[in-house]
Amino acid sequence: MTGFAPILRGQEIVERALAISRADSCIVIVNDRTEANLRWASNSLTTNGAMRSRNVAVVSIVDGAVGSVGRSVSSVEELALLVSASERAAREASPAEDVMPLVEAGDPAGAWDEPPAETSIGVFREFAPALGEAFGQAKAADRLLFGFAEHIMTTTFLGTSTGLRLRYDQPTGRVELNGKTGDRARSVWAGVGTRDFSDVDIAALVQQVSGKLDWGSRQVELPAGRYETLLPPTAVADLMVYLYWVAEMREAEQGRTVFSQRGGGTRIGEKLASHSVNLRSDPHEPGLETAPFLATSVSGQGTSVFDNGMPTGRIDWIRDGELRNLVTPRWWAAKSEATPTAYIENLILEDPAGGRSTEEMIAGTERGLLLTTLWYIREVDPQTLLLTGLTRDGVFLIEGGEVTAAVNNYRFNESPVDLLGRMTEVGQSERTLPREWNDYFTRAAMPTLRIPDFNMSSVSPAS
Amino acid sequence: MPEVDAEFTALPLRQLADAALSRARELGAEHADLRVERVRSQNVGLRDARVEYSRDGEEVGLAVRLVHEGTWGFAAGVEMTTEEAVRLAEQAVDVARVSAPVNADRVELADEPVYADATHVSAYDVDPFGVPDPQKLALLTDLCERLFAADGVDHVNASLLAVKENKFYADLAGTTTTQQRVRIVPEFTAVAVDRAQGGFETMRTVNPPVGRGWEYLTGTGWDFEAELAELPELLAARTKAPSVRAGRYDLVIHPSQLWLTIHESIGHATELDRALGYEAAYAGTSFATVDKLNSLQYGSPVMQVTGDRVVEHGLSTIGFDDEGVAGQHWDIVRDGVLVGYQTDRNMARLMNLGRSNGCAFADSSGHVPVQRMANVSLQPATDGPSTEDLISGVEKGLYVVGDKSWSIDMQRYNFQFTAQRFYLIENGRLVGQVRDAAYQATTTDFWGAMEAVGGPQTYELQGSFTCGKAQPGQGAPVSHGCPSALFRGINILNTVTEAGR
Repeated sequence: MTGFAPILRGQEIVERALAISRADSCIVIVNDRTEANLRWASNSLTTNGAMRSRNVAVVSIVDGAVGSVGRSVSSVEELALLVSASERAAREASPAEDVMPLVEAGDPAGAWDEPPAETSIGVFREFAPALGEAFGQAKAADRLLFGFAEHIMTTTFLGTSTGLRLRYDQPTGRVELNGKTGDRARSVWAGVGTRDFSDVDIAALVQQVSGKLDWGSRQVELPAGRYETLLPPTAVADLMVYLYWVAEMREAEQGRTVFSQRGGGTRIGEKLASHSVNLRSDPHEPGLETAPFLATSVSGQGTSVFDNGMPTGRIDWIRDGELRNLVTPRWWAAKSEATPTAYIENLILEDPAGGRSTEEMIAGTERGLLLTTLWYIREVDPQTLLLTGLTRDGVFLIEGGEVTAAVNNYRFNESPVDLLGRMTEVGQSERTLPREWNDYFTRAAMPTLRIPDFNMSSVSPAS
Repeated sequence: MPEVDAEFTALPLRQLADAALSRARELGAEHADLRVERVRSQNVGLRDARVEYSRDGEEVGLAVRLVHEGTWGFAAGVEMTTEEAVRLAEQAVDVARVSAPVNADRVELADEPVYADATHVSAYDVDPFGVPDPQKLALLTDLCERLFAADGVDHVNASLLAVKENKFYADLAGTTTTQQRVRIVPEFTAVAVDRAQGGFETMRTVNPPVGRGWEYLTGTGWDFEAELAELPELLAARTKAPSVRAGRYDLVIHPSQLWLTIHESIGHATELDRALGYEAAYAGTSFATVDKLNSLQYGSPVMQVTGDRVVEHGLSTIGFDDEGVAGQHWDIVRDGVLVGYQTDRNMARLMNLGRSNGCAFADSSGHVPVQRMANVSLQPATDGPSTEDLISGVEKGLYVVGDKSWSIDMQRYNFQFTAQRFYLIENGRLVGQVRDAAYQATTTDFWGAMEAVGGPQTYELQGSFTCGKAQPGQGAPVSHGCPSALFRGINILNTVTEAGR
């Protein structure tokens, strides 16, 4: 691949913008991003791409008012225009509610001066032929493979007028493999998150997919109703990520979420889960590493531009089954005497006591359903966080400790908060790729959960 | 009539096209196109009548897509130099080469006339990006303040999203197009909190997102002052409303809710890429498979659905798509029978459907064009009934207004929707709102139960600003026009019972 040198380096943009800024304070965030992807359907390529992009956000603060402008900048002239547009926006705005002193500079981040990390289509040079081989095998077995592989490298440079300089290289990768029988009547799925594709074993994914298709050689139709159900890690991840997204302190204190307390206040301190589980985020979690500081060009939804550069460490949202923390920007934390916290881009649910593997949980089930993934999850009632959605790519009947058949799909109506309270077994946590939300959220570790009475509201004829 | 921004046409568009396309030709590409896009956006959020955020964004970039030895290649970058255009053409060929081992289907494109130097600008009066921020923020703040001051309103959330898109396209065949379009969506929500009982309710405006400019906020196409004046009373009525009794009801559905059911159960189901399985691992497939074209009974005989990329103020309206195909208008369902799909050039050729109907586009230069949704609309009945007439024909039913929650399965059979307001109908008359309702049905049963569609006087062009599809994920704006319509015997759930309470 030919090399590429942007006219202005990200670090240079940060320094120049701060130098020419005439605002009271200024925050500059540069995101340099490269990505590569392959997409396939019915054992053949459909789309692909190698993309490069840059976004420069300049947040100016004048008399407590904020001006935020973001653009794709590649020249000094464009940068000057961006800085002045940001200043003008600040001068024209009313004072912000979330004003706080900017975060002071701490230890300089190690590799500030290094060029941005990059990826390229070359990340698939071994993966693509292996995938091509899998297509051949699938074709021979009258099966079809669909899916997507993507690798993204984002380097963030954050600088502020308080002298703070932080840089983070975030690799994000995912592979989704969907297998169907030749007649498309049955469909299954496997997926993984990855940092660099060196750990992606396409043969193992193909194996998982064919194993699940084999499980479906016997099919039974079951009606809607409440079933004992094993929710595997990916399904649990999609439900818990939704719960995480609504876990905001201000909303809860104002009586507007499932975490609001009747009579006022929040449910912090309340036992939500039937088991002593922890739901936590940690930027240093091995294999799920993410930025250990906040970088944002807009306030709102639990975050504040004044918090840029705020260090984020391990935080327990739920500890020993009890709600402990909600997402709270510094200005709101100062009002409500809470600990400032920020959204961290990973999520881990675990029972510190450990738990059985999914296979052992299947073996320990007399009669129940085993799901593969959940899909099209949407909020029906925010008061209880009732969510609806579909089962997708494999519902299996367990009888006498073994999978005996594939079952039709269902629409469910359930609240993840209620599920935490009703679960009767928590399995061993493992790294997993959320199915529905992996466009936004790929870093999760979750256990399989046993729910004694999961609400399958109606049958879906989809396969 | 607005013209394409001079800032955009001042970019070296034709030089970039020449550089990229001649390099692609040298490298043996069968097809190649260059796209340059600039997308301006403004996002404003207000909370309790104070501006919480206002962010102005602009993304500019260029991309080369080509077919090399029958395989697609795509590369995108940000620098507007001929060196970068050449590099992207080379990189796109490299992408095609790496991908060749997984490509089994040779890409060929359906024919389309050449448009030598075409320009298209969407219909709007006032460019939102030409209106000073203080003026925009003052208007939004004023509207919010009045709502926030009303009895029974504890909180107010409001947002505004405005977008201006510029697109330049040139391909090896000789088509060159330059386009500009503008769209806008304001939204206001009133919240009532019952601290003692621990509950809360919301009521949102039901105005559509539109392909218009700032004039939309000042009285053209919608009366925000009137709607906001009614919102507190509607919210208060909801907080006092009884919980719905689950069971079968006849539904009269207003366009502000019905558009979303059309979007999910017809719009997506008649995307040819879904029917062919290209979205199988992600957005899903469709029950409306190509073997059922011209035979599938999609709904009752009163059901007439069209696709178009030309309706004025439509969000999917454009002059030419990202494969150089001109905007068109066609039938999707005629007299209740499936008769058409939304297509792109490769699929149209693959399925022998003739010319593409122009539904290939990307949300920015950073993404590859895929088959996306046209404006898919349910047609009213000429001389058809008013909404009141439809309601008067119902003994026990619900009148459904404003979209809220939505979910549908991966083959577009089973769906569940809630709404801003469900009004109970008894003996042909509205008797007040009910709470906790959701309607659940299977697509063909639901459209088969449509007994009547309203007349043109009930028709509204509603829609979505950000329909999601494809991997990597892309957003797309799309409009859906429809009249009020009457459906018999639809299943209504009580969501509190569903939650096991």
